Formats: sequence, structure tokens, C-alpha cells
Amino acid sequence: MARYFTDEHEWIDVEGDTATVGITDYAQGQLGDIVFVELPEVGSVIDKGKDAAVVESVKAASDVYAPISGEIMETNEALEDDPALVNTSPEEDGWFFKMTIGDKGELEGLMDDKAYKSFCDSL
Amino acid sequence: MSEDHEIEETETGTLPLDAWHRGKGGRMVEFAGYWMPIQYEGIVAEHEWTRTNAGLFDVSHMGQLMVTGEKAAEELEKLLPGAISTLKPGRVRYSLLLSEEGGILDDLMVTNATPWIEGDEEAGTEGHWGEPAYYVVVNGAMKWDDIAHLREFLDDEVTLTHMDEHALVALQGPNAATALNRVMRGVPEQLVFMQSMEFQFGEWPLRITRAGYTGEDGFEISVPAEYAEALCDRLCAEIEVRPAGLGARDSLRLEAGLPLYGHDMTDAVDPVSADLAFALTKKRRETGGWMGFEAVSAVLESGPKERRVGLAIEGRMPAREGAEIFAGERRVGRVTSGGFSPTLGRPIAMGYVATEHAAEGTELEIAVRNKRLPAKVVSLPFVPHNYYRGS
Repeated sequence: MARYFTDEHEWIDVEGDTATVGITDYAQGQLGDIVFVELPEVGSVIDKGKDAAVVESVKAASDVYAPISGEIMETNEALEDDPALVNTSPEEDGWFFKMTIGDKGELEGLMDDKAYKSFCDSL
Repeated sequence: MSEDHEIEETETGTLPLDAWHRGKGGRMVEFAGYWMPIQYEGIVAEHEWTRTNAGLFDVSHMGQLMVTGEKAAEELEKLLPGAISTLKPGRVRYSLLLSEEGGILDDLMVTNATPWIEGDEEAGTEGHWGEPAYYVVVNGAMKWDDIAHLREFLDDEVTLTHMDEHALVALQGPNAATALNRVMRGVPEQLVFMQSMEFQFGEWPLRITRAGYTGEDGFEISVPAEYAEALCDRLCAEIEVRPAGLGARDSLRLEAGLPLYGHDMTDAVDPVSADLAFALTKKRRETGGWMGFEAVSAVLESGPKERRVGLAIEGRMPAREGAEIFAGERRVGRVTSGGFSPTLGRPIAMGYVATEHAAEGTELEIAVRNKRLPAKVVSLPFVPHNYYRGS
């Protein structure tokens, strides 16, 4: 399994033709206490860069964009009852959704762990 | 009026406690033209700490003004709809600056800060009240406009001083009095809600006011800038006190149903619609003589077309400022402040709703993105106030 990162602070775990998407620890730290996550409809098809989810912190709402194009297969129902999972376990239990990978070429140009770390350090 | 040089705000300013916040791990954001801490350990943690213990907020961005002169009260009464001339020394009143059209230019707190001059037996003088002085605290984002407005309309015999070398901190929470009493013994018991006093703390001349913007008991302390850090260190050394940022201040005041200027009231809204008619002193509603009187009287007469209300929202999704409010298909209002209530564990909002839909218990819907959230008009505050009004 390979993990990729975007400059919008999302992580993408790729396993075969499926990608699991969430936001990074850096992102949750910036957003602060998360009180609600609006997830996409299962079955919806979203293009890369389009709105996929909304994260509501106490203070504000932030959009999460689809890191790649594909169809939403599953969303993390645990976030409905416990949105703070995004704060406590952003890169594991606090995942957002699983999607098909429409175009593997879109994974090119995403960052690996090391590149993402130095990207965050540069901010 | 004393003349000050014009100040044009261009760069983000730093306030006396800037380094103190950074040292405490405060996350600094630009607010009202200054770098201010939005949070330290986290908004919800600071919010809950303030509701159960005591949070220390830096509000030095706010404008601290002193209006002095024999005619100070009557001059202020030309601009404020509240009774100032009957405000006793040491008493505080919430008031508004209004335009001729009745719009709210800002909201403020005014304190009768007239000093008591001790008698001198040798000189054969008796104790007496000194020159009338009114301490006025206005919103940070509006202070330059407010100063210009006051300079334009106050008589030349009145002096307006911008106390820009003072910091202002707010100690807020059910344990604020306990903590303050340990630092400044005997001070809390001398004040109840909406009272204010000067206090000489060693060499530091402080003004301490029992008021705030969280709905909790608490104190606002005006301190010369050079002593602000040491004061905050003294207060934060108490086990009940932790620093709290602008984020918690906003969620606390929303729960307390307290409107925020520029959001829940603007110059396009009159005090009656804003549900702030309590700031229009009864007698002065009849006598007039204040800017905006005619326009506001007309609204009092006819009733407001819309009203600021509290909205309890079903579910967990918050509705934010700007969200439209519907009764069926008809748009009947808009949200002006909205967020998540840490105390209640659910979203809450304030907004303006057409009067016919503003009655408590009215079921409405708020449009958020592609959803309609069921909401109900509720009385404010969302979380009961906990002011100390004496035992």
C-alpha cells in the first residue's frame, strides 16, 4: 500500500484500484476542534479538485477537495457520531471516504511522505 | 477637543501582549488590524475552561477612550441613547453610537470614571468629586471611526483622550473572583456586575470593571502597557486561570447571546430590530436629544420589520454567517453569527428574521450548502448568564 499527499493536506492510501482519503495531522492541527464532517454521497462521481467534503471546526467551515477523480464507494460513518476522530486520529480512524481511482495518472505528481513533510516544514 | 495626529492603519499592528501570547504558544491571526491570539491549546478547551474556571483574554485591540470635562455627560448624551448624566460614579452602562438614520455605528461600555478627590485637613479642603470623566470602551475594528465621530460631534470644551498606551485584559469565569481576590485581596467584593473602580496595585494604576463578553462573572482590567505582561503573569500564576483566545471569546459570547458588531449589528440595523432596545433609556426615549432619535422613535412606534433572534439548529451541522433562513419556500431572514456550542454540544446561531416569524418556538429552516437544516427560534441567551449581582 502506498500513501500519497496533496498540497491541500490530504492523504490518499492506494490499495489496488481503491483509494482511502483523509486529511493530515497538520491539517487537523490548523483547523482546530472539528465538530462536524459533511461527507459525499456514496455513488457520487467527483472530479479531481472538486468539492468532496466539508469540515466544520468551531470557528469555520473548510472545503475538502477530491484529490483524484473517481466514484465514492464508502464513507466513514464513525465521523457522524464522533467528528473529533479527525483530531484524535486524522491519518487512521478519522478517514473520510473511499473512492475508485479513475485515472492512475492523477497519482503522479502527488507527494510521498518525505516530500510532504518538507512541504509542511516550508510553510 | 484636543487634537491628535491622524493615524492611518496600514500594516498589521502589534499590541503590548504580543510577545507574551507567542511565549504561551498562542496562534496569532490578524484581527481588527492587529496580531491577536485566536487560540493557545484549542478553542473548545479554552471555552470549557472559561465556563468552569477562568479564562484570561487579551482585548487590547479595543479602543479605550476617556471623555472629560464639566459638560462631558451632556455632550455624550447627544450621541448615546442612554442616560449618562444620571450614571453614578463607578457605574457602567452598555450603550450605542447611532447615526442620524438610527443605524448602529458601534456598541460600547461607558463608565462614570469621575475621580473622588480626598480632602486635605491642613489645606482646609473637603473631599469632593473631581472633573467629570467617562471611560468608554469601543470595538477594536470601529475605534478609528468612533474617535472621528466623537471628535466631530462632541463640544470643543470636552476632551477626548485615546488611551492607546493601555492594555485591556478580561478575566472571565466562575472562578475569576476567587483568582483575582488572591492576587488583589479585597477587590472583587467591592464590585458587582457593571461596577468599576480605580485600583492602585503597588505602582500600577489599574481600572477594574466587573463585566465581560462571555456571560460569566468576570473582570476587565485596564493596565498601562508596560505592566501588562507582569499582570498577566500574576493572574495566570493562579491555578484557576489559563489564557484564552479570540476563538473561545467568540463561541462564549455566541452562547451568551451577545451580539458582535459588524456581524449581528451594523449601521444598516437599528437598535430595536437588533433587540437592543434596553440600551434606549426609558426617559430618553421620551425626551430625545440624541442622534438617531427620530429614526429610532419611528421604529419603536411601528415595530421593527425584522428582529434579531436566537436559533437552535437540529442535528450537528452548523449554520454560519450569511446562511439564509426560510419559512417554507419564503426567505425570511439570514444568519449573522453561527457556530457550534461546546457547552450544549450542538450548533447555535443568531440571525435576523421577519417579525411575523420571530416568535419564540417558530419552526424555520436554514439553507446550508444544498441542505435545509430545521431550526427553531429560541430565547437568548443559549447558556444562562452567570453575572455576580451581589449576595
